[in-house]
Amino acid sequence: MQIDLNLIPTTLDVVHAGLAALAALLLLLCLLLAMINVYAVSRRPKVVTATTPAPKAESRREAPSAPPKPAEPPRPQPARVEPPKTVVVREATPDAALQLLGLLQQEARFVDFVQENIAGHTDADIGAAVRVVHDGCRKVLKQFFELEPVRTENEGSRLTLPKGFDAGSVRVSGNIVGEPPFTGSLIHKGWRASKIHLPKLAEGHDASILAPAEVEL
Amino acid sequence: MSEPRYSVGIDLGTTNSVVSYVDLNEVDGEHAPLDVLDIPQLTAPGVIGEQKQLPSFMYQAHEAELAKGDIVLPWDDAPDAIVGELARQLGGKTPIRLVASAKSWLSHAGVDRRSALLPPQSPEEVPRVSPLEASTAYLQHLRDAWDLQFPEDALEYQDLVITVPASFDPAARELTVEAAKTIGLRQAVLLEEPQSALYSWIQASEGGWREQVQPGEIILVVDVGGGTTDLSLIAVTEEEGNLVLNRVAIGDHILLGGDNMDLALAYVLRAKLQAEGKRLEPWQLQALTHACRDAKENLLTEDAPAEVAIVVPSRGSSLIGGALRTSLTREEVNRALVDGFFPKVELTEKPVAQARTGLATLGLPYAQDARITVHLAAFLNRQVGATGELAGFSPTTSARFLHPSAVLLNGGVFKSDVLTHRLLEVLNHWLKDDGAPAARLLEGADLDLAVSRGAAFYGYVRKGRGVRIRGGTAAAYYVGVESTLPAVPGFAPPLEALCIAPFGMEEGTEAELPPYEFGVVVGEPVHFRFFASTVRREDAVGARLDWWSEDELVELPEIEITLSADQHRPGDIVPVQLAARVTEVGTLQLEAVAKDGGQRWKVEFDVRAGEDADAAATV
Repeated sequence: MQIDLNLIPTTLDVVHAGLAALAALLLLLCLLLAMINVYAVSRRPKVVTATTPAPKAESRREAPSAPPKPAEPPRPQPARVEPPKTVVVREATPDAALQLLGLLQQEARFVDFVQENIAGHTDADIGAAVRVVHDGCRKVLKQFFELEPVRTENEGSRLTLPKGFDAGSVRVSGNIVGEPPFTGSLIHKGWRASKIHLPKLAEGHDASILAPAEVEL
Repeated sequence: MSEPRYSVGIDLGTTNSVVSYVDLNEVDGEHAPLDVLDIPQLTAPGVIGEQKQLPSFMYQAHEAELAKGDIVLPWDDAPDAIVGELARQLGGKTPIRLVASAKSWLSHAGVDRRSALLPPQSPEEVPRVSPLEASTAYLQHLRDAWDLQFPEDALEYQDLVITVPASFDPAARELTVEAAKTIGLRQAVLLEEPQSALYSWIQASEGGWREQVQPGEIILVVDVGGGTTDLSLIAVTEEEGNLVLNRVAIGDHILLGGDNMDLALAYVLRAKLQAEGKRLEPWQLQALTHACRDAKENLLTEDAPAEVAIVVPSRGSSLIGGALRTSLTREEVNRALVDGFFPKVELTEKPVAQARTGLATLGLPYAQDARITVHLAAFLNRQVGATGELAGFSPTTSARFLHPSAVLLNGGVFKSDVLTHRLLEVLNHWLKDDGAPAARLLEGADLDLAVSRGAAFYGYVRKGRGVRIRGGTAAAYYVGVESTLPAVPGFAPPLEALCIAPFGMEEGTEAELPPYEFGVVVGEPVHFRFFASTVRREDAVGARLDWWSEDELVELPEIEITLSADQHRPGDIVPVQLAARVTEVGTLQLEAVAKDGGQRWKVEFDVRAGEDADAAATV
């Protein structure tokens, strides 16, 4: 009796735990990369001092009129309109990435989960932990990012890409020959972070502490 | 000074505060676009995030607890105490340093609300603040957040409405206004929260509300916040072809809300885990409560899953091993919440009587009966005559209670269809028994933000540009006087209640002077017992009650008069009358008026309730 009860959920958990963990991990890795790019040109966020109003971390859609880089992988636009720069390679400041990791750790125990060796644990235990990770990651995504699909068509449907389509946001593959318009089927609808509202950091705050050690007195 | 640009509404809540505003240049009739302010606050040490809600918590950190420079705000590089999200988080782990529910303390008649008593059970070295100071700190944070975003339009120059529970006593209202004045918000006016919810509904309908209600209807507003349940009745009448809204009754101050529900679920799970032989540490119970809040919303929808898994991870870095796992089933939620807080009860059921607490208690007077439907039954029973004096309402003698025809709900609790339906089901069952038509739900309410949104909208309609809810004071006020009957040895002289402020006094009006004088000794404080009644609508100023039933009059903290000796010699006895006035702000003000000369002295509410019991015997 008890064995039966355990067996059924275990089988389900394997699937769900695996899928959820994989999805969460991939999504977050993508986002981490995206964040590093996003903040490549922006300086370390600072706490606004008494007089200046905090500009809202609004994003904009128009791209900087920097040299086009059609061959680069898709990435979200920078968080602010920056004056045109002639840089080819942007260097990421680590704070935004660290901050995101810290948030994921705080809300989702993300670092704990990934750093743990899961080999010796049962799928049921991993499944339980994934609930914490998944709920927390969702919360972070919902709170700090506004995500929208790049393409609104259903996945699997046929669509035509006009001449001059944005190669940064749509990646074509397969039989790429001739001139656009290209017609093909939508494999993945893509994600775009249309808005980012990451919290601001206090001057002198050490973002490399993703989670402080905790001591109960 | 130029005209205000914005009308701002502040919902200073028990657990969360929200600021809404409307740009007065953008409004057009009943189309008033509202925004909710993003409030910068510490969300982790050294991290400032923006949220729509400011959790109403204050944390007094130990000086060694947090890194220097991590406690900053955009407008203050070293705030005295932490307010908002981080305060809530830190306080969860270190409750001895957390100030919570300051609003409930502000309305707690059993304590001196100006004395530093929060947090109530903390060691000596933790700095304490008064309920008034805590409320002031929250308002100050909101003001600074506003001024940061609108440096050109500082909050002190905008129209400002602060909401209070309808059941706030005169002293708590005055303290709320005082908190605002302390930080320069002298223009703030008060609005009852259920009224505010209705204003928000009116605003959201963009004029369409006139099609949704008819003259002769009674709207019941049920506002279940995090910590309080607030009830009001609003009658719809017609004057010269226009619909008029009249707030005809308010309910008791009930300290019972959504937080109680989360805790109830956590207790259910704790019992379940204990039955499995697992013992919970306090932090785990707290984490459970938190998890139940989210699970509750999932399980209380119409097509809810049968159960939701609840996981409390260990506090160590090993996430997978030490997690506490359980699940919350739909049935458990139904039993604990639907039947626990909204049971199907008969109209005649009375709330389990609250034992009269001693005057010097250190806890909040939480409602002892968690059944919201029972509180509702008692309220509707008591207010059966609420519309008696309004034109267009024919009191049916067979009615056992006041029959609402529409219901407006407010509070995150009612995001749940199940709870909403249950409440209506119970109400409609009573109505059916009385042969009255069923009440309907007013749709389109914003359950989380309605109170602050309605307040911002009210600031606009106050300028005479939209429908206003009439109401005035929701209670009549009385002072206790000794009866003139001959004294009987061994018995205290019977007490009579003298009406000094009638029911429904409008803002900015003054009651006539009661034909009764008190001899007050100059320079010595004189105390009066003070009463309020939310049901006696007919008593005029000067009415003397020698008998009343127990639930008709509620005793409030004493009031105190001290005649200063500027025109009189100390020790003189001056005959005075008591004058009542309702200020434009919405607070009740009592004054002693000298019989000859007309000199006036302010009468203080709520003078350190309970400290000198002998003074209570004066008069």
